[in-house]
Amino acid sequence: MANRKELDILFKASKINKSFGDFQANIDIDISIKKGEIHALLGENGAGKSTLVKIFYGVLKPDSGTIEINNQLVSISSPKSARTNGVGMVFQHFSLFPALTVAENILIALDQKISFQRLISDIRKLSKEWDLFIDPLRLISDLSVGERQRVEIIRCLMQNPKLLIMDEPTSVLTPQEIENLFKILKRLSKSGCSILYISHKLEEIIELANQVTILKSGRCVSTLNAKTTSTKELAETMVGKKITKLKKNNIKNNKTVAFEVKNLNKIKDNDFGITLKNINLKINYGEILGIAGIAGNGQNELMEVLSGEVICNNDNEILLENVPIGQKNITLRRKLGIEPIPEERTLHATVPNLALNQNTFLTYYYKYKNRNNFFSNFFISPQHSSEESIKIIKDNDVRCPEPNPLANQLSGGNLQKFILGRSMANNPKVAIFSQPTWGVDIGAATSIRQKLLNLSQKGKAVILISQDLEEIFELSDKVCVINNGVLSDILPVNEMSASDVGLLMGANINNNTKSEVS
Amino acid sequence: MFTFVPRDKVSKNWVILGPLVSIIFTILFGLLIFTFLGYDPLETLYQVFMSPFSRVDRISDIFVKACPLIIIGCGLMLCFRANIWNIGAEGQFIMGALLAGSFALMFPDVETKILLLFMFLVGFIGGAIWAFIPAILKTRLNVNEILVSLMLVYVAMLFIDFIVRGPLRDPMSFGFPLTKPYPEGALINKIPFPGIGYLGQLHYGILLIVLLIPLSWIFINKTLGGFKITVLGSAPKAAKFAGFKENSITMTVLLLSGGLAGIAGVVEVSANMGQLQPEVSFGYGFTAIIVAFLGRLNPIGILFAGITIATVKLGADNAQMTMGIPKVVTGLFEGILLFFLLTGETLQKYQIKWKRFK
Amino acid sequence: MDALILTIIATSIPLLLAATGELISEKSGVLNLGVEGMMLSGAVGALAAVLWLENPYFGIIAGAISGIFMATIFSFFTINLMTNQVATGLGLTIFATGLTGLAGAPLVGKTITSLPKIEILFLSDIPFIGPILFKQDLIAYLSIAIIVLATYFLKYTKSGMILRAVGDDHHSAHSIGYSVKKIRWFATSFGGMCAGIGGAYIPLVLTPHWSEGMTAGRGWIALALVVFASWIPWRIIVGALIFGGITIAQLVGQARGWPIPSQILSMMPYIATIIALTMISGRISKNKSIVTASLGKPFVDSQ
Repeated sequence: MANRKELDILFKASKINKSFGDFQANIDIDISIKKGEIHALLGENGAGKSTLVKIFYGVLKPDSGTIEINNQLVSISSPKSARTNGVGMVFQHFSLFPALTVAENILIALDQKISFQRLISDIRKLSKEWDLFIDPLRLISDLSVGERQRVEIIRCLMQNPKLLIMDEPTSVLTPQEIENLFKILKRLSKSGCSILYISHKLEEIIELANQVTILKSGRCVSTLNAKTTSTKELAETMVGKKITKLKKNNIKNNKTVAFEVKNLNKIKDNDFGITLKNINLKINYGEILGIAGIAGNGQNELMEVLSGEVICNNDNEILLENVPIGQKNITLRRKLGIEPIPEERTLHATVPNLALNQNTFLTYYYKYKNRNNFFSNFFISPQHSSEESIKIIKDNDVRCPEPNPLANQLSGGNLQKFILGRSMANNPKVAIFSQPTWGVDIGAATSIRQKLLNLSQKGKAVILISQDLEEIFELSDKVCVINNGVLSDILPVNEMSASDVGLLMGANINNNTKSEVS
Repeated sequence: MFTFVPRDKVSKNWVILGPLVSIIFTILFGLLIFTFLGYDPLETLYQVFMSPFSRVDRISDIFVKACPLIIIGCGLMLCFRANIWNIGAEGQFIMGALLAGSFALMFPDVETKILLLFMFLVGFIGGAIWAFIPAILKTRLNVNEILVSLMLVYVAMLFIDFIVRGPLRDPMSFGFPLTKPYPEGALINKIPFPGIGYLGQLHYGILLIVLLIPLSWIFINKTLGGFKITVLGSAPKAAKFAGFKENSITMTVLLLSGGLAGIAGVVEVSANMGQLQPEVSFGYGFTAIIVAFLGRLNPIGILFAGITIATVKLGADNAQMTMGIPKVVTGLFEGILLFFLLTGETLQKYQIKWKRFK
Repeated sequence: MDALILTIIATSIPLLLAATGELISEKSGVLNLGVEGMMLSGAVGALAAVLWLENPYFGIIAGAISGIFMATIFSFFTINLMTNQVATGLGLTIFATGLTGLAGAPLVGKTITSLPKIEILFLSDIPFIGPILFKQDLIAYLSIAIIVLATYFLKYTKSGMILRAVGDDHHSAHSIGYSVKKIRWFATSFGGMCAGIGGAYIPLVLTPHWSEGMTAGRGWIALALVVFASWIPWRIIVGALIFGGITIAQLVGQARGWPIPSQILSMMPYIATIIALTMISGRISKNKSIVTASLGKPFVDSQ
């Protein structure tokens, strides 16, 4: 009986250990994957998933531990040797080259010699066979995210892998694309290829996987049968404690229009940008407006123009309580009560090598300017913000290694707490969030989402731009989708389904930038 | 072999340790090269690093030599902090000196030092105009400031050569390309010390450093302008998020550093030459880059760095006289010093991890 | 007229070589501001070699080796120690200026025999272009060969594609298993070799002696040329010829007695460089994909 089981096992990793300096990323990890099995790897950010699969693909070397493929010890010393041993990998952020064509991108990962003509015909064949339509001669920079993922998969398939590793493949896909991906993965698994699938999306794991290994703080805490477990059990094993539900007060009667965008147009300022076309939205006080969309569809451009980092062509394109503010810059908008919280915590919302009081000063400096004493306006400096900085840290439970640490000394979650606290301390009328829980673990994410809800319940207007559909549906009162710089109609959340949103996200929106736009 | 692992906390010790260690290693390395070339290492060490301290008038000459380096260095500090690479300070120095000199020669009989004050203003404007060119091209058209400011150095050198040999040439200079001597009001005199007389070439221009260093410190640390510069250099997106205008900051730092380089030019000519000649700068604009780096873009650091580099330059002069080592060797030292400083910067951010062979 | 064209070609050869080498370097993501220094070391190395070994062809080899030596210093700091590329490149030029000044001091005043012209029979008999193009010295032929090779390499070989990939996204290249460091070392050394030969050309063919700083900013102009050519090799030829032409305007002006002062004429190449950069920057702002994506960014290998 034991023998039979061992024969089924394709890939076995035993006692894998990996540390980076003092930080232990993987501690004594054991995983075993059967032939044709879809094995999920679940864990929060920082649990060690990416490190582990990088070891499996030869990008990193473990400090100790062994890997067996088909019951034979192998040494995976480089990605090339991983490929030789039948391991293929699709990275989370892709390993593609925008300046090169699809065919060149595939060629670059091929270890065998092949003529260019043969390569192109092979790509076309595989593409047809697996329903992964892609034109070999297009530049990667011209492809959508879903198309790029197809290239990555074809690239792996060309090497006839025994084990295909996928690192968070669905975070950038529409629901329909996710469905297609699952079809392909199930087909692969039936044909005998094993799949190791990293994800933090519990529903997907239950739908797709056979087995799921849960990592927590570098250790393997459990291996469960995906078909017999529940999302609740998975979540709690992953986090190690019970997860609280968000407290939501559903009575919303406020009809005062807080913030309005009317026919906003903004042409992209460089080749890689997205032109915003005819953006219209209205949000009342006490509401949360969710703007869903896959990254790269104009969210950054929209955020810039809403925050004031980039001003509008026309003052009337943005109205705050019916007053035109389109041409006011970000500092003026802050004074009026608009607080933007950008997606990038470091290098955008904060300066990593500056201290927290300096980072507070970053968005507070205008407060110390005194119209009466012109001369003294030159001599304002971060020391003016020290008191407020301390208050933000205290009021928001920001864990600091020292009283006034540098921003880069804080963990991601704590830095986000600081950033939110800094904005909320100004008691804004309108708060605009972009991907507020991206890369933040479940505990902190829940607390951030609760803060958003509390804000709206206090009567503030909240705009939430997010890739996370779960988050959008959990928090929003009204929902719309941004696609290629165009905003869909805004509908109340109970009139939209995830599938509707998915269709809007994945639709092919033609945004003709050649037409003259005022 | 070794590999680098990012440190969680940037090592504060390296801020001062870095430059000190770099200087020591540079000295050692340099001595190796000299020994290889056949010069006595101990003698070289003495001549280059000790001889400038051997007499009081030599020590004062260190400050004279450091003066332009520190003035330009403070300006470059502002640029480099904002991540603007002004490599053309040499040209800005020349143009400042040229414009101020031309101005001074319009008033050949003026004796009051008020003329000098005006010259500082004119010199500042001259240097600032020269820096304005890369500034406007960068802010309007996103042209790389490194190449533009550098090309302008060559243009400035040729231009002053033309002016001095041409329109401003002194007909009584008997074949030497020189302008007429400056009027008294345009000169910076040596400082007379009661009882001692003059200390080497020590001149009143030193007072500028005494003013500039604290002013720079206040600007960087106690003003909003200084903060904007720091943020722009560290994280341009954050600067935008704060509402800082990148173009204004770029223009400001370039104009300021150009102007300061121009003032340094005025000081040099007025204190040490008394008239314009085709070569008024001896690489000060480039050496100041090293000074700015060695001083870790900090006014106090630049003060010490300027003194250090000036010492080496004087020492190299002595070494040439006594041992026949060509003066140009300071470039060698400066380059090596810069390499070690940069290595120190890497060590500040990363830790070395020695990998065992498997 | 013939002599004029020949002089223009000759003046453009150092630019051609240095710019092509730097193009390959930048395509891999490395910005090397030390080109001026590498050219200077090529010049002094070539001169020293010829004085010592008496055969001008040794000068070419010496020039190449000197350039590679300087590039190695640069590569060690920027690739292995991950130092700032701009500052390191500047440091290299300052260092090389000092080192070559030192090494060249005993060589001042000495002259050498220039590289002989090699005539390619039959081709050199073609009217008009024959004597101009096919009666050149070895380095000139080499420079054309290098440009052709570089173009072919980048466009049609897998290695060239890998180099471009490294420049495009060094993290992806690393994830697939390519050694970013090795590839950049190669690219930078190649750049050094070309700059060294380009520098060697000056004493070997143009002015057969040594003087401090004899490259007079050609290395910087070469850097501008790479930008001006939008990182496309054949465009470097056009740019180099234009600059060659502008550079000798001073000589022509003096010979023909133009009323413009010689210093102003000598300024022309530098001013032209600024104008060229301005013109091309407008284009680049609209189409950022012209610039190599990882240019100037150090690759941090977190093992």
